[in-house]
This record gives sequence, C-alpha cells and structure tokens, in this order.
Amino acid sequence: MSLRIDQDHSRFRSIVRGRIRQNLRKYISKGELLGRQGKDLVSIPIPHIDIPKLRFGDKQQGGVAQGDGEPGDPLSGSPQEGDGPGQAGDQAGEHALEVELTLDELADILGEELELPNIENKGKSAIVDKKDRYVGVRNVGPNSLRHFKRTFRSALRRQIALGTYDAKRPVIIPTRDDMRYKSWKTEEEPVANAVIIYMMDVSGSMGDEQKEIVRIESFWIDTWLRKQYKGIDTRFIIHDAAAREVDRDTFFRTRESGGTMISSAYRLAAEIIDRDYPASQWNIYPFHFSDGDNWSVDDTLLCVDILKKLLLPASNVFCYGQVDSPYGSGQFIKDLREHFSGEDQLITSEINDRDAIVESIREFLGKGK
Amino acid sequence: MAQFALKTALPNYLRDEQQRIEEHARRVGLDFFPTIFEVLSYDQMNEVAAYGGFPTRYPHWRWGMEFEKLSKSHEYGLSKIYELVINNNPAIAYLLEGNSLVDQKLVMAHVYAHVDFFKNNFCFRMTSQGRDPRSGSDVRKWIDTMANHGAIARKWANRIGLEKVEEFIDACLSLENLIDPQKPFIPRDTSPKTSEEEEPEETQEVPLLRVDREYMESFINPEEFVESQRKRLAEEAELAQRFPSEPVRDVLGFLLENAPLQRWERECLAVIRTEAYYFLPQMQTKIMNEGWASYWHSRLMTENICDASEIVDYADRCASVLATAPGQLNPYKLGIELFRHIEDRWNRGQFGKEWDDCDDWELRRHWDRRTGLGREKIFQVRSLYNDVTFIDEYLTEDFVADQKLYSFGYNERNDRWEIESRTFEDVKRQLLASLTNAGNPIISVVDANHGNRSELLLQHTHQGADLRLDWAKEVTKALARVWTRPVEIHTVVDEKPTALRYDGSDYSQKLL
Repeated sequence: MSLRIDQDHSRFRSIVRGRIRQNLRKYISKGELLGRQGKDLVSIPIPHIDIPKLRFGDKQQGGVAQGDGEPGDPLSGSPQEGDGPGQAGDQAGEHALEVELTLDELADILGEELELPNIENKGKSAIVDKKDRYVGVRNVGPNSLRHFKRTFRSALRRQIALGTYDAKRPVIIPTRDDMRYKSWKTEEEPVANAVIIYMMDVSGSMGDEQKEIVRIESFWIDTWLRKQYKGIDTRFIIHDAAAREVDRDTFFRTRESGGTMISSAYRLAAEIIDRDYPASQWNIYPFHFSDGDNWSVDDTLLCVDILKKLLLPASNVFCYGQVDSPYGSGQFIKDLREHFSGEDQLITSEINDRDAIVESIREFLGKGK
Repeated sequence: MAQFALKTALPNYLRDEQQRIEEHARRVGLDFFPTIFEVLSYDQMNEVAAYGGFPTRYPHWRWGMEFEKLSKSHEYGLSKIYELVINNNPAIAYLLEGNSLVDQKLVMAHVYAHVDFFKNNFCFRMTSQGRDPRSGSDVRKWIDTMANHGAIARKWANRIGLEKVEEFIDACLSLENLIDPQKPFIPRDTSPKTSEEEEPEETQEVPLLRVDREYMESFINPEEFVESQRKRLAEEAELAQRFPSEPVRDVLGFLLENAPLQRWERECLAVIRTEAYYFLPQMQTKIMNEGWASYWHSRLMTENICDASEIVDYADRCASVLATAPGQLNPYKLGIELFRHIEDRWNRGQFGKEWDDCDDWELRRHWDRRTGLGREKIFQVRSLYNDVTFIDEYLTEDFVADQKLYSFGYNERNDRWEIESRTFEDVKRQLLASLTNAGNPIISVVDANHGNRSELLLQHTHQGADLRLDWAKEVTKALARVWTRPVEIHTVVDEKPTALRYDGSDYSQKLL
C-alpha cells in the first residue's frame, strides 16, 4: 500500500538534497564523514530543518527536573536543545537526522556542484570478463539443470487441466513436455580498467593535519573516479627518502621522519605501471601529495626526467597536490610548473587548508581527462 | 479514512479486552467520548504519528521529516510509539500491531483516561465545534476539519502552484505560536463599530480645576498646568487613534483580519491558526493530561485488568514510562505523583486553614482526619486546572523534597548545565516560568501604523529570558511576508531595549 505520507516525504528529501548541495563544501571539509561510510552508503548528518519561531534563546531559560545531585553539580548530558524546558520526556532525544546517500549519488552531487565534466572515453580497450548467469527457464536442457519446482508445477497444472489429478492420492508424474530446465546467459562484465596510484610524502614535515587533508581529498577523488569507471584499482605508495608500496590503512597512518626523495616514489610508480598496468589497456591516474620540500635540486631534475619519459606518456593525467606545511619550502611545485609549462597532462594544485580541498578537486578533475 | 476503516478494526481478542477495560473505566468514574480503537502496522503508525494523529492533513514537507525521523528511530530501536489518541468525538486511538497483550491493555486503559480528560478539562472546551442538538454532546469533528484543511491547501496548490503555497505556509508556521491562550475565554466582540455608535466628538476643552473666585484663576490653574493638561490630552487622543487600541496577543488573528492578503493566503493562514488553537490545550495541559492517564492506567491495570502472570511485564513497562533523566522533566512522572499527592492529602484532610497554620512537623506527618475526599478532589482538579494553575496551587514544599525536584540552569563560567537549587520557591518559580504561555515568549501587536507608515510593531514582554535572535530574524521576515510592509519587534537583548527590524530587504538590530 502506498502511504499518503510518501508525497510529503519525497518533498522533504528533495529539500534536504538541496540543502546538501548548498552545504557540500562544509561536508567535504569535514573529516568525520569518512568514518561513517558503510558498504555503499554514506550517512551525512543533516540538521533537523527547524521552522524558526519566536522562542527563548538556548541558554536563557533553565528548567526543572527530578533526581539526585547537589546544587552546583553538573547535569550529565545536556538538556535537549531546541525543546523548551518542561516539555521533554516521552520522546527519544532529538537526534541529528541523517540522510543516507549512495556513493553514486554523492558523486553526482559532487559533479554537479563542482561542474566536473564526465571523463572522455580514451578508447583504450576495456578488458571484459565473461560470466554465466542463470536468468530463465526453457523446455530443453541437460538433466543436471532440471528445475524441479517448475517441472512439478507444470505437471500439476497439466494434470488438473486434464482432470487426472486426485487430491486424495496426489501423485504427480511429469512427462517429457513438463520438463523445465534452467537456462543461462553469458554476460560481459567490464573488469577494472582504471587505476589510481596515490603517492604521499610521509617525511617528518608532513603533520597530521596535512595527512588528514590528503585523506579527505583522496576520498573524494576516489568517489568521483569510481563513478566514472566501472572497476577501479587503487595502489598506495609512501615515501620519504625511499619509497615502498603499502595498503590503504598504512598509507594514511604512517609517519616517518627523515628526508624526502620524491624520485624514489616516481620510480616505484613507474615500475608498478610497467609491471601491472599496460598503458594501452588502462586508464592510469597517479596522484602525488607532498609538502613540496625535496631533498636536492638533482633529485628534482631526476623527477622531471621520470615524469617526462615514463609517467606522463602512460598516464591519463598526472596530478600533484602540494599541501601547505609549516616546514616545507614548497619549492617542488614551482619546479614542476617551470618544467612543464604548457603541458596539460600534468596538473598541479596547492592545498593550503581544508577549505581549499574543493577547489583542488576541481583543478584535478575539471578537465575531464 | 476508508483505507483505515477497512483494515484496522480490532481483532476479536482485543475487542473483548477493550469492552472489559471500558467497563472498568466507566465504573471508576471516568467519563469519556465513545472511543474507537484501530490497529496499525508500524509504518501506518509512523505515518499517522507524523501527521500528529490525523490521517489527513494539508500537504507539507514537515510531515515527511517527522515520518523519516520516526521511521528511523523505530528501525534503530531508539523509540517506539505505543499509543496515539486524538481529541475528537468519537475519540480515535491507535494501537500498534504486534505489541504484547499487556501493552495493548495498558494503552487502552491509558487512552480512556486521556479521553476523559479531553472531554472534561476546561481547556479543551475551546476545541468544541458546537453542540449536537439531538444528543447534547460536544461536536468535535476534527478529523473532518483537518481533512478539509488538506483540501483547501491542495486546491490552492493546484491553482497557483505548490511552491508558492508551501512558501507561504512556511511563513505562517513561523508565526504559529503567536496566539492568545486566553482568547477562547474572552467573549468576542463581533459587531463592527458603526459611525453612529461612536461617541460624538468631544470638544477639546482642557479640564481645569474648579475656581470659585476669578482672581484665584492664575494661582489654581497656572500657565504650566494648563499647558501640561493640554499635552496630556493630545497624547491621549493620539493613543486613542492607535490601532489596535490595546495590544493584541492573537497575532495570527490580527493578521488574518488586517493584513492585505489575497484569498488563498487568507484561507491558508486561517487553516494554520485554527490548527494552532486546536493543539494549544494539549500543550497547556501536558503534565496534567499525562499524569491523569498514567494515574488511571496504573490504577486500572493493577486493580482490575492484569492477572498475576502479567503484572511483572506491566510494572516493567510502567517504570520505563515514568523514568526520569537529568535535565529532562518527565510530565508523566510529575503528573502522576502530583495527582497521587493531592489524593492523599484530601484523603487525610491535609488542607484548609488549620493545616496551613500548623507548623508542628510531627503533627503534620501523622495528620489524618479520614476525610476520604481524595477521589472526588482529583476529579475536580482534572476539570478545572491547567498545568500552570495545577502547579501553582498544588505543588508543595514536601512534594518538592520527596520528589527530589531541582531547578537547573546554564552556568556561563563553567560552560555547563548545573543544578541550581532545591528550594521550594526556586523550583516552583522556574517550573511556572517554563510553563507560562506554554513555554513561548509573550508577543503582542501594539501598533499597525508604526511611524505613520503602516508598519507593524510588535512588543515582546520581556520576563528575563531573551529571544533566540537568529530565529527572531527569520520571524520578522515571515511577518513582513504576511504584512507586506516593514515589521519591527521591540524586545530586550542583554538587558538593553532593542528593535529588530526587517524592511523587506534588510534586517537590522538597533538599540532603542
């Protein structure tokens, strides 16, 4: 039965969606969102939409309650906000309402808000996997695929129609025509044909806040690219003076001290691409985050070299995000810009604080590559 | 309604229980409207609850929001609606399908007391829509009224667009609480003043003191005095021309009669106002109403209805209803205890001058005149009081101590909520303050031609607590939307008189 409330409910949902759109920036720069993602759903807490009325201010009016305690003792748990004192009681406390959005929906909203173009198909041959699926029933087939229930049903139907069915002695004998078999269809499923390689500088100068920014930004990049490609691989590389490949968890947690040799990460990335992801078949997205403080000028030159010869030719786009840190000189981004001016396959972006994340995502993905 | 009427009749085993409980309720003296019980599945229950108990309301997103909240909290097991009863004749009560039999019985007993309260408490008299000439009973066809309101809103939404109607209703809802709780008890002056009825223009003669001897004139009525009298007259004349001549608490009513509204706007505003007045008594009697219902469900369940195997389940459920939490007043608990307290006092004759004058603690403790008037008294109280007068008259020092009542407030210095006091005076004052005007600030229209520019001036009667300013700003906008001219609210912010003003494009907050 469809409920009358459905209309009002969908109206409310659309208002909420509108709200999310307006406030997206706020939600994006809030790290807590990530902790809340379920399997495919992200819960975004949204405030109860209050209808403003002339009311007393929050902390203006106290109230009366029952229980133990001496004057001056703090109340455990603050009184309900919004509800006037003296009214609460029979209802559960006001919980911030949460709307659940699928990651797909979230990516849609992100795309609309940031005006991100869809990524053009590179024409790189998508790798396709074949899979059999049982989808229907037919009259002929091998006995091993016999559909017992359907066979029984059609035999029963036939016997009833012919009048040979005796309810007192319910014997059903299927004939050849009654036999039913499961049938299958072969479906082509695209397998992963895009890979994101995240590289991050974990040297001493990258603090927790810098890592948090990287974490948030990479979540949104992930969300967007997953929307664009059917299957996607992610690889993680951390580096200080040396680079190594790690899993997702380690990637965001590790903190090393020590110097910074960016070239080590680039070399490793190039190796991974060479080994696992032939450029003719894969869309490759290397992202590198650092505070821009490289060890030496020589190493920077080495980086430029690797980029030119190995990484750029293989990648759809190479993105370098520089996080502002109190220690770094931030020289690396200048060097890159100098060496690659006019090269639109390399995108650089400076991320000074959380609020800059949105802008940086737009820079990285705004070209539709 | 058809959908509910068809599928939601009580199953036999519940109908039998209902008849039994109804008999018991009648026997103990409860006097209620005919009560119809319906059984709803949880999503129907959430829907009806989201609509405030009515199956049909005007379309609005806010019901959807309520519904989502209720469904979510139900799914996550945070809360569950057991009982829902609406003030209508016949009263309609909803039971949740799948509740245990003890729960259903408890709810039914609870509901009969609520309906008794609806029928007999004086506050609810204002929800009567007339008297049925044949049976002489109250007409309260609110189910139909609410459905009609829905039809009105839908009609206009179809004609001029959902967005516009919704936007206007949102504005009206911002003003929903600006009504006058005393209004229904004031005989309404409906006859419009005609020019003949108006008193003839007085000749503007300055009233002077009587002078017997002419030469005394300049001493008895000196120049300054004459001048001040003249000034006073002029001021009075100006005041008399003021519209409204006295402050009007019923802001919604004032707007309805005087704002330049289009027909659809007028009809929508009238809907909101009617419903606001309908729900007002429930806010004014929350403690009494729930207390009364809890008192009777506990009486009926333990004395008549439960058998031995059910009593533990019942006690468990009842305890969770009456549970208290820090910083939250449980109206069920306060109400039931106060009714019991009154009953006990009147049973033992603890009232009257002799009792009041007695200050011997030992005597008071064992005071028992065996008057046995308790039952009669509480029935009287349920008819003649609302929460404010109930607390004002029957909250006693002993009760406050026994029930461990305390007042709390926000401590700026420690940045936390703290228990402030346990003394009787403080608790009572705080409790009354938060119940006065159903917890709303007192706002009235004082001038509809403010600054001689047909701007609307409202006055907030400040009683210690400031308004929530970010909301007040939105409310001035809503007012300006309805009034179509600039609007000002005079209030007090941080102990300074302040004017909040919205002129159609800009909002300002100025010291007066």
